[in-house]
Amino acid sequence: MSIIEVKNLYKVFGPSPSRAFALIDEGKSKEEILRKTGNTLGINNASFTVEKQETFVIMGLSGSGKSTVIRCLNRLIEPSRGEVLIDGQDIMKMNKRELLQTRRNKLSMVFQQFALLPHRTVLSNVEYGLELSGMEKGEREQRAMKALEQVGLKGYEQQYPSELSGGMQQRVGLARALANDPEVLLMDEAFSALDPLIRTQMQDELIELQASMQKTIIFITHDLDEALKLGDRIAIMKDGEVIQIGTPEQILTNPANDYVRAFVQNVDQTKIITVSSIMLKAPTVGLHKEGPKAAIRKMEQARIPAIMAVDAARKLKGIVTIDDAVRLVREKKDDLTPVVSDQVFTTTPDTPIANLLTTALETSLPVAVLDEEGRLMGVVDRASILAELSKSMEDEETPVPLSEQLDEEATTPGKEA
Amino acid sequence: MNTMEQQLRTLLDIGRGFEALITWLTANFDGFFDTTRELISAVLQAFQATLLLPGPYLMIALFAGIAFWRSGIGTGIFTLLGMYLIHIMGFWDVTMDTLALVITSVVIALIIGVPLGILAAKNDIVERIVRPVLDVMQTLPAFVYLIPAVLFFQLGAVPGVIATLIFSLPPAVRLTSLGIRQVPGEIREAATAFGSTPMQMLFKAELPVALPTIMAGVNQTIMLALSMVVIAGMIGAGGLGNEVLKGITQLKIGLGFESGISIVILAIFLDRVTQSLGKRN
Repeated sequence: MSIIEVKNLYKVFGPSPSRAFALIDEGKSKEEILRKTGNTLGINNASFTVEKQETFVIMGLSGSGKSTVIRCLNRLIEPSRGEVLIDGQDIMKMNKRELLQTRRNKLSMVFQQFALLPHRTVLSNVEYGLELSGMEKGEREQRAMKALEQVGLKGYEQQYPSELSGGMQQRVGLARALANDPEVLLMDEAFSALDPLIRTQMQDELIELQASMQKTIIFITHDLDEALKLGDRIAIMKDGEVIQIGTPEQILTNPANDYVRAFVQNVDQTKIITVSSIMLKAPTVGLHKEGPKAAIRKMEQARIPAIMAVDAARKLKGIVTIDDAVRLVREKKDDLTPVVSDQVFTTTPDTPIANLLTTALETSLPVAVLDEEGRLMGVVDRASILAELSKSMEDEETPVPLSEQLDEEATTPGKEA
Repeated sequence: MNTMEQQLRTLLDIGRGFEALITWLTANFDGFFDTTRELISAVLQAFQATLLLPGPYLMIALFAGIAFWRSGIGTGIFTLLGMYLIHIMGFWDVTMDTLALVITSVVIALIIGVPLGILAAKNDIVERIVRPVLDVMQTLPAFVYLIPAVLFFQLGAVPGVIATLIFSLPPAVRLTSLGIRQVPGEIREAATAFGSTPMQMLFKAELPVALPTIMAGVNQTIMLALSMVVIAGMIGAGGLGNEVLKGITQLKIGLGFESGISIVILAIFLDRVTQSLGKRN
């Protein structure tokens, strides 16, 4: 059953929308309307329906009208023409009171820049929506605590937003939206302001959360990877128009036009997926403060044969193998520096995964990911590189047998060390 | 000037127009000015009485306590010593008179200024009208409106309050408006999206977020009010301004300096305390 229906939605920005509509009715193009009337067509005849409990992703590049569409759903932006039905009720025909009730009970929004109130604690921020509808303090505190627990922020109630990291601030934003127990979550580029590692983590958590709470989610993003990962269905927008709606699979295998095809092609080729999306957090040993014993303990904990060595500024100095560390302990030496080996491959987070293929075949050690300053951001291990590459290879027209590749690998280890 | 320009000058006699306006106002709004004068005078006297009632020692302790609580040990000690110095120099009563005058002006300035600032933030037309008026209020030499103020309200502290008010009101309006206009669009969107009424938007989102900026305006208002004290003294507003004037007119350099020092001590105390109000804990 559909919970949201958008029918022939238009939004005209500019001095004289009525003149623009006269031209729209004549079937004139967006460019022509801009030239003749000075009006921009923000949304051009968009129609879609969102089913209950589905995650519906609206994807488009900047200027495609995706943020305008989501704001028309709760009338943060007044649509110029068309219908927006929430549970069968046209939001355009609602009076002030009905609109307020709908915003308080049915739709909650999560914002790109979090939009938390800086003067309120985390708990008080989460209570905000409930407070507006006049719920008494005890009950709204209880519901806010529950929402904070859901997003994993228990224990942070009394902190202020400025004391939290970006990822945690957005959890507060999410908790604030969940506390109202809305039917629909509107998420406007909710993870776009977060750094790649946190972003992936938040995506995973949203998927997990959604599995248990079964809300309807409308998620706006400019990132196709994010859209494919989160969306049950995806609407692709360009220049204010919805150009294709479908499941990720439908969009990948059957793109509606060249624009979508160009997008999707890029996804299939690992040239677009970058290191940052498969990068893992790596245990490190700090040469300025830790010796061989600490290094051994960390390697044991993480079950890895070698560990990245960094200095006080987290700049990568090299790699220490467990054999060398054990030898130092046996020789009763405390300084790791002499055994730090520079025989380690490095890359940047923006490097396409495809470029790592040769490296992955040459070394069994993880590849270090460095930022511009040479600081260690994380590692990619061989397994993830190969897994990612093989995933895309399955989509190629002529697949390469994986067994062959693995055989080849099996014969190469020991080259380094 | 040629004859045409002379004619133009006769037509555009701004000075005479202003005189006529003042005469007309004094003649026709006598009742209004009387009521206002009595009202302000009552407020002023209430503040004066309250400030003088506990006596200097208790008040010095109280001020030092407030300074310590809001602004730390340094300001606390400074206030303790500074206020005690004022007492020793024999300026305690006149300092409290000045403080009462400042408080009265600032309270009225905020009662008018903050709502006006909110209005100016919400409405571009109001902003466009208010801004040049504020410019005039801040740049017009005080003496120009001091004399009409005396005509309306007679000599004494009340025209002093009015003159101080005119000079110190602008930052309250400006910074309230600025603070509210600077509230991030997303916070406003969030407040709307969660179902705020316009009043809830103002009191639960906009004003609290704008508070540090508004408090900077309050601080400026207080500082400007203090700087008008001497000028207000010229029309018999009393207080420290009067002492400074005595120092100038009777060439008592020592008296002028001591009362000037007292103004500075009071200013530093008020500045530190109000600055701290704008900071978030």
